[in-house]
Amino acid sequence: MPAHPGGDRHGVAGVDWPVNLIEWGLAGATGVAVLGALVALLTPERARSVVAGIAVAGVGGAGLAAGVAAIAGEEFTAHLPELLPLFGVTLTLDPLGGLFMAVAGAVCLVAAGYGVSYAGGGHGNRSRSTQATLPLFTLTLVLVPAAGSVSTLLVLWELMALTSLVLVFTDHRARPQVTSAGLWYAVMTHLGFVAILAGLVVFAAAAGGDTFETLRTAQLSPGLATVVFAAALIGFGSKAGLVPLHVWLPRAHPEAPSQVSAMLSAAMVNLGVYGVIRVGFDLLGAGQRGWWLVVLILGAASALYGILHAAMASDLKRLLAYSTVENMGLVFLAVGVAGWFHTLGEERLAALALAAGLLHVVNHAGFKTVLFLAAGSAVRATGSRDLDALGGLSRRMPVTTALFAVGALGAMALPPGNGFISEWLLLQSLVHPPAGAGVTTALVLPVAVAVVALTAGLAVATFVKALGVGFFARARSRAPEQAVESPPLLLATTGVAAAACVALAVAPAALGPALSRATGATLGVPTDVVSGALTVRLAGIASTISPLLILAALVAAVVVAALLVQVVARRPARRREAPLWDCGAGPPTPRMQYTATSFAEPLQRVFDDVLAPETAVDTHLASPYLLARMRYQRRLPDRIEHWLYRPVLAVTAAAGRAARALANGSVHRYLAYGFFGTIGLLVALVVIP
Amino acid sequence: MIKLLNKIRRTGRVAEPAPPRPPLSCPKAERLAGSVQLRHVDAGSCNGCEVEIGSVFGPVYDAERYGARLVASPRHADAVLVTGPVTRNLAEPLRRTVAALPEPRIVVAVGDCAINCGEFKDAYGVVGAVEDVVPVDVKVPGCPPTPEAIVTALRGLTGR
Amino acid sequence: MTAVIASFAQVTMVVLGAPLLVGVMRQVRARMEGRVGAGVWQPWRDLRKLFRRQPITPVGTTWAFRTAPLVLVGTTLVVAATIPLLTTTTALDRAADLFAVVGLLSVGTVVLALAALDTGTAFGGMGASREMTVLALVEPTILVAVFALSARVGSTNLGQLVDATLHNPLQVMSPASLLAAAALLVVTIAETGRLPVDNPSTHLELTMLHEAMVLEYSGADLGLIELAASMRLTLLLGLVASLFTPWGIATSLAGLPLALLAFAAKVTVLAMVLAAAEVLLAKLRLFRVPELLAGSLVLALLAATTSFFLA
Repeated sequence: MPAHPGGDRHGVAGVDWPVNLIEWGLAGATGVAVLGALVALLTPERARSVVAGIAVAGVGGAGLAAGVAAIAGEEFTAHLPELLPLFGVTLTLDPLGGLFMAVAGAVCLVAAGYGVSYAGGGHGNRSRSTQATLPLFTLTLVLVPAAGSVSTLLVLWELMALTSLVLVFTDHRARPQVTSAGLWYAVMTHLGFVAILAGLVVFAAAAGGDTFETLRTAQLSPGLATVVFAAALIGFGSKAGLVPLHVWLPRAHPEAPSQVSAMLSAAMVNLGVYGVIRVGFDLLGAGQRGWWLVVLILGAASALYGILHAAMASDLKRLLAYSTVENMGLVFLAVGVAGWFHTLGEERLAALALAAGLLHVVNHAGFKTVLFLAAGSAVRATGSRDLDALGGLSRRMPVTTALFAVGALGAMALPPGNGFISEWLLLQSLVHPPAGAGVTTALVLPVAVAVVALTAGLAVATFVKALGVGFFARARSRAPEQAVESPPLLLATTGVAAAACVALAVAPAALGPALSRATGATLGVPTDVVSGALTVRLAGIASTISPLLILAALVAAVVVAALLVQVVARRPARRREAPLWDCGAGPPTPRMQYTATSFAEPLQRVFDDVLAPETAVDTHLASPYLLARMRYQRRLPDRIEHWLYRPVLAVTAAAGRAARALANGSVHRYLAYGFFGTIGLLVALVVIP
Repeated sequence: MIKLLNKIRRTGRVAEPAPPRPPLSCPKAERLAGSVQLRHVDAGSCNGCEVEIGSVFGPVYDAERYGARLVASPRHADAVLVTGPVTRNLAEPLRRTVAALPEPRIVVAVGDCAINCGEFKDAYGVVGAVEDVVPVDVKVPGCPPTPEAIVTALRGLTGR
Repeated sequence: MTAVIASFAQVTMVVLGAPLLVGVMRQVRARMEGRVGAGVWQPWRDLRKLFRRQPITPVGTTWAFRTAPLVLVGTTLVVAATIPLLTTTTALDRAADLFAVVGLLSVGTVVLALAALDTGTAFGGMGASREMTVLALVEPTILVAVFALSARVGSTNLGQLVDATLHNPLQVMSPASLLAAAALLVVTIAETGRLPVDNPSTHLELTMLHEAMVLEYSGADLGLIELAASMRLTLLLGLVASLFTPWGIATSLAGLPLALLAFAAKVTVLAMVLAAAEVLLAKLRLFRVPELLAGSLVLALLAATTSFFLA
């Protein structure tokens, strides 16, 4: 039981609840998770996924309720000194944390239902380790935004990393590349953890305490604050997929089972953003302008790099993973702009930019869940992730195609999708510069708009490719020809996520109060950033938009267009079916269709310098004039991996080889190490007072 | 003065004045009402007729002023202009091209070779005249037919 | 109420006048080439015939192919009801701003590209791929030009942008405005698929961008697509005219007839200049088009940064 039950009890929605929703929600979540994990370990294989699914749904639902309560104004602080040695566990929840907790809870709730039915596909999905770890992973996702002290955050962060690692390794027996992907993920997430640990421990040492309240009131020198922020940015940024620390994301996210991919991409990466906002704005008190310029630049680079690689990817899930990198880049761009304006004193614009970033987190969670779940259905039905081998699914799996189309509309950031609204908010925060803006602002803002626009354009191309090549036209190989529509539970859960996307698309102003509270809690400035019911109105900016009216106008216009045809053609001719126009040469084979690689080829040529694909041509001659066999291979590796990681790995390997010389087997040398080490230590103890 | 102004107005105009309007050449053309899109198929011609068709759509004869236009896809077309005798390789593609048109479709055989194989009658690579492969609605005789004759046939379709 | 009438008038005017505008452009082209031309009403004759012809659904296509022409025309009608062509207070002015208008135009292109991919022919895929490449590269220019225009006004709603220019006519002559105008002209050419980006009357499939996407359509579907293409041209030219030469735009119902005449005159002049330029230009190689678009992006960025420093 918590030592100090609840803080003040501010009524939720004006009603004084008899219990603290957050307290019960978090306690319930913990209980359900631990119990669920234990029961899942003991149940036989057939029922295991159901048990785990129920547990995950319980945790997710509790997290969603607690998060919503926090946004609605309920406060919560709890200190549990017995749980951790030295510092104990401190939990606090404010509207910002509540937003991230609600998003994580909602995503896990949907993924839980999906996972129950998905696990029937085999591939070791129902193994004890996976099913028992799922509730624990969900619990960490829900609890990280509630962490109130450095040690709590670190413990929960590491638990999250470990549980997600187990989940990523689920299919390692079925596919060898899972092991490699898991290894990359393990190393990078722990390097990130070390960075966070270093930064926060330095911070706590300088502040003289462990809890966030102590850290908030600490006075740090600018240099030390920059070091702490840099360490936090590296650690949290790598979890969110910030370039150049993103290389694990496109490797690990596709290899996990689809509901885990959804949880990783739509819930876990958000916590990286949460960490940067919490440390940068809240704990360090918004610091220096240079920090936020760096965040902005890294976010812009992530967005461009991510979407460029997504446009080139022909593996469906890798495409979605790179799209996550892109969207998190956009969120970091928004956070950077918010910090920039905050340090300039432009609170309204800062609140708007931060609200845009938070809304994009919510929208991205929505459409990325739909996309990963629908893609998972397609992969499950065809057994292939390769877009170049898919196609023709719109006839065999119509509901899945329609759901993927809803997610793709959100990802393309086009009206009337939900991604458009958050992008609109972000652009509004960029295109209304304050009067008397300096040279840096005058240069940064137009370039930021150009980057956001180019990212949006490339996202349109990417998702037209994913939807058009993967789902429409005809099957390019045997497997999609025999695909069968997914079981109803998979469709239902994906449909729930799609319905959430549609709701976010037509009524984004409903989230207005939540966004205002979250930005107010972070920036310390109470503003009514986004308001209005039918029309979205902004504080201090004259632009307005009404997504519902746009949708209604579109529907009306399509009806008018259909009527126009009837009016102009007094006797409309009967429609008939005919074979495709094949230029007279005979029916085109499905292999003649454009593939994902060919679709992206013009873009690849335009961005050749950044992408630098590798081609290898192998020819075998039967005679000087006759070609027997020819092999053409094209690879598009991640260039950052090539330029940044391979040298580092090479140096580390070389250092390791050199260090082996230290341990050459001679006992005399080892004794000498011990002897001289002791002498040195004694001398140091004498010399240093 | 008026003559000078008219001369200035007509500077650069290469097109010849339009001859008197001919009657409609086939009953299917009634629905077209001044607009016909044409798809040209070379079924095996010596390209003499193509040269004449090219000059029909050029500045001197300007068949576009009567509402006729060449298009790339048979789905966009109302009529098919076929030149040359139908060779073995083009027999099936010609059938497919004509079948790709929406109904009602019109086939115009341009040149003596298209009408009755002309010079290439009984050649080894020739299957027959166009009407042996697809039903023909309008015939334009000549080897090659003069541009005026082709224009007359097209105006018989558009009615302008 | 005025707003609804104005929007209705705009939509009717654009639907009826767009093929006429294309006819004017074809006539200018014909006269410059020394021909007589088919007359300005020929596109309407073509459309009337197309709407009565038989539409064909190729075997193997799905709802994406069937619904694309309707959605394309739908988005164009919504844009026609939104942007201030005749008056600054249209019915949807507060509902959709310049970003939403750009997004709606992109939605039209996207559904057509999906339909092209749905046909499963190589030409469809090629047209979709090329069109998406141009769309992706045009977006930065459009949005940065919007930035340059809206920074001074404080809003991205089109009614307020045009209002600001009406009240302050000299700001059209500012460097930021002129650079933005140049960038938007290049954008118009790229978005509507005119020379030098794309040749709308080409017969060579390997040179097609937009045409390759519609090779399978016939009858009423094709008529809708051609109508939508001509409407998009009219709307983009009208947008450029309204943003940079808004004189004549009505502020009340009584001014609508004059506004109609003014709009017709401005857009016709722009179209004739565009058609004359097309006669003298050749189509660019596909991989030279990104260079053209990058140049227009530089113009737009210059416009945006100038708007900070020069008023």
